[in-house]
Amino acid sequence: MSLTREDVEKVSLLARLKLTDDELGLMTIQLGQIVGYVAQLNELDTEEIEPMAHAVEVTNVFRPDELRESLPREAALANAPKADGECYLVPAVLGE
Amino acid sequence: MAAEFANLIVSPCSRFVVQGTDTMALVDLSATELLRELNGGQATSVEVTQAFLDQIKARDDKVQAFLRYDEQAALAQAADVDRRRKADQAVGRLGGLPVAVKDLLCMQGELATCGSRILERFRPPYDSTVVARLRAADAVFLGRTNMDEFAMGGSNENSAFHVTRNPWDLTRIPGGSSGGAAACVAASMAPLSIGSDTGGSIRQPAALCGVTGLKPTYGRVSRYGLVAFASSLDQVGPLARTAEDTALMLEVIAGHDPRDSTSIDTDAPPYTQTVAEPLAGLRLGLVREHFGPGLDAEVEAAVREVIRVYESLGARVREISMPHGKYGVATYYVIAPCEASSNLARYDGVHYGYRTDEAALHEELAQEHKQLVAAGRAAEAEDLDNALVRMYRRSRAEGFGAEVKRRIMLGTYALSAGYYDAYYLKALKVRRLIRQDYDDAFEQVDLIAGPVMATPAYKIGEKANDPLAMYLVDLYTVSANLAGVGGIAFPCGFSKGGLPIGLQLQAPPFQEERLLRAAYMFQQATDWHTRRPPL
Repeated sequence: MSLTREDVEKVSLLARLKLTDDELGLMTIQLGQIVGYVAQLNELDTEEIEPMAHAVEVTNVFRPDELRESLPREAALANAPKADGECYLVPAVLGE
Repeated sequence: MAAEFANLIVSPCSRFVVQGTDTMALVDLSATELLRELNGGQATSVEVTQAFLDQIKARDDKVQAFLRYDEQAALAQAADVDRRRKADQAVGRLGGLPVAVKDLLCMQGELATCGSRILERFRPPYDSTVVARLRAADAVFLGRTNMDEFAMGGSNENSAFHVTRNPWDLTRIPGGSSGGAAACVAASMAPLSIGSDTGGSIRQPAALCGVTGLKPTYGRVSRYGLVAFASSLDQVGPLARTAEDTALMLEVIAGHDPRDSTSIDTDAPPYTQTVAEPLAGLRLGLVREHFGPGLDAEVEAAVREVIRVYESLGARVREISMPHGKYGVATYYVIAPCEASSNLARYDGVHYGYRTDEAALHEELAQEHKQLVAAGRAAEAEDLDNALVRMYRRSRAEGFGAEVKRRIMLGTYALSAGYYDAYYLKALKVRRLIRQDYDDAFEQVDLIAGPVMATPAYKIGEKANDPLAMYLVDLYTVSANLAGVGGIAFPCGFSKGGLPIGLQLQAPPFQEERLLRAAYMFQQATDWHTRRPPL
């Protein structure tokens, strides 16, 4: 199945990327090539095969439910492009 | 007394130490030898650190392995170790040896860019477990090494900052993504180095630069504080000159970490204590499918010569088949981008990292709105991104490079509604078939031997416009990550053009000890690992 420019544009919104016209064109070709290459996996019958999400399948790793110090707010906000000392700040989306 | 005498004969420029009748530059010694000098009082950590800093100053303009280094901080750390050693106080396992760190491991308060503009000013608020362990072992942090952006790539051409060069030929790639990590060891700018390997990112540059690099079994080394690329594949590991040095480094960083729920709750063995023990009756497997078309003749000849060396050391070699290995690259380039698209969602211009210019963003939206209305498409104008979504999209578009965008797009597509079963789920099933190949192989052999990469290092720019060609070079390395097994790469010859050729050994899960002992056996019998580039 081939990828269209419209598909790529839609994915760019899902991926939260703003692509230029040139990038959309190039990405359509390149993603198409890669997806075409990946299609060889269909040569294999995997009907009865359990998917393997992890190499070491450990489950339910718990730690004791104890209070511990967490990152101080100041440190957590230190790398934010915009903050007011208590919260991260973002462009307004409500009440426009 | 011995220590005082040694101090007297250390030359004033601190670069040379007299050993018997040989005058040997400190930077030419292995980490194990340097540690012996340090512990024996023949050299100080300040002298050793200064020697490598001098080497960086002399050579890194050409190689560009480092993104940054802090001479004063490194020397201060070294002086502290020296002071404690002199006062007979406790000194850690690495005893003041300098270590270079790939720029994706968090170190409190120090930049960790991941080779990306989006993290250009990011200073982590805590230490990764690997850095904390190195610190506790009294490693001296020499500097931070260059890498493909977010570890995506095999050439270092995807770094947002500069391209690291192969010390053996400055027109060629060093490999990647841990290209800086391998190149700094090859160019004697660091005795020890830390990298990470998601699909070959330690083994491939180690092979192309002629150094030893080990990707541990998934779960052997903590990933806490490693900036995530593909969480089910990423492992941190050492690069060094010799198997012995690699054992030393792995011993320090391996082991259980309650902060990483995927780290295995067993103690790591003392690798340095066993590394010199030869493996009696070693059974080596050669994978039939590794020797097909596409494998460079010189690489094949070098690998086959290795087999003869091992046979002369008593190993038995047999051919095995791993029929699903050829699907490794396709499987990897579904799973890794899917995990990456999810992991990299955190770079949103809100919590940390780069944010687009907000005035320009509002201006852009207003313009687009105006144009649509003027064109009589008012309904579409209502569907425009809101300011927050556009902020995400512009910040990410401006902060990420082309390869990272490509992989985010690929992963987002493969995980999007209607495609999940066809791509991601399918790839997870093939992943199990690849793992079963390994399980079957290790019923018959102790280690799998083969090439790391089909060719020696290629020219900078050669594959830059062909992502698929770039992905295909990962053929021999991605399967170990998919299966979660460990692998080691080390030099086993040179091409006629003078480029290093690497061998890969792969072992059953948690058999790093076997990898190191086998590599040590080879390095005792040959001297490829002692060659240094003519810089």
